[in-house]
Amino acid sequence: MEHEAEAGTGLAFHPMDQFLVKPLFGGHEIHWYTPTNVTLWMGLTVLAIVLVLVVGSRGRAIVPSRSQSVAELTFGMVHKMLEDICGKDGLKYFPYVLTLFCFIVFANFLGLLPKSFSTTSHIAVTAVLAILVFLGVTILGFVKNGSHFLGLFWVTSAPLALRPILAVIELISYFVRPVSHSIRLAGNVMAGHAVIKVFAGFAAVAAIMPVSVLAITAMYGLEVLVALIQAYVFTILTCVYLKDALHPGH
Amino acid sequence: MEGIAQLGQYLGAGLACIGMAGAAMGVGNVAGNYLAGALRNPSAAASQTATLFIGMAFAEALGIFSFLVALLLLFAV
Repeated sequence: MEHEAEAGTGLAFHPMDQFLVKPLFGGHEIHWYTPTNVTLWMGLTVLAIVLVLVVGSRGRAIVPSRSQSVAELTFGMVHKMLEDICGKDGLKYFPYVLTLFCFIVFANFLGLLPKSFSTTSHIAVTAVLAILVFLGVTILGFVKNGSHFLGLFWVTSAPLALRPILAVIELISYFVRPVSHSIRLAGNVMAGHAVIKVFAGFAAVAAIMPVSVLAITAMYGLEVLVALIQAYVFTILTCVYLKDALHPGH
Repeated sequence: MEGIAQLGQYLGAGLACIGMAGAAMGVGNVAGNYLAGALRNPSAAASQTATLFIGMAFAEALGIFSFLVALLLLFAV
């Protein structure tokens, strides 16, 4: 996605330029140890989480301050989500699920700041999160249930003749999980940011400038909603996959 | 020859976006049916919001896939 904006097309910049990974301290080569803008914004994400969840809730007041109630509401929402879907025995994995939720929601929100870089718009980032969930859940399923975990693919409630066909479908849908899990998040974030930049490109034309500014404002509002909903969806799907691993069988 | 390849690239990217119409119908269907059910029995609505979001996510993922195909055709070919 390293297309330069062509001169004379009206757009002063390319809408995909915002997703370029650049080294922080000059140069063009990127090795695995090079600090880039991704590194910077991931670090800021972690810092923001620590600020809100650790420092914000340090007071432990009975009547919580604003930052303490944000931390408590986040904790309570994810806790309830996990308990509703996986039951009591899923709560052992609560720290990981809360970490996932916090990381994604803060990365999404920090990505909405002007001139910032949204790390979750890269499939490389979300794929790592999704593959970790996929591997963890698969290993957990085999450790907890042994070969009984394969009952997930052998639907005993279906007629015998139908079961091999269903097994193939279930197998495909199981292995597509990390793909759709990661692309959904990255695609939503990337699409929203690209649309905002496309409207921003129209703002240079004086005749449609008010429309463009209105459209950017509206899209921005939608993006704030999408940032929260996609983090929620990612977490809730993690819970659903965890439930399949803990209690296989339909 | 290059021109024809580029033409195909742009046409394909545009055609891939038709897939988003399907995702739009799917997401609308999920939300509409949820609202219809919630208005019939509002007391049961709150417990089903998680299901609503899961259903929306699954329907929406396929639209995102078509968006991805369009992006791949434009930038990665």
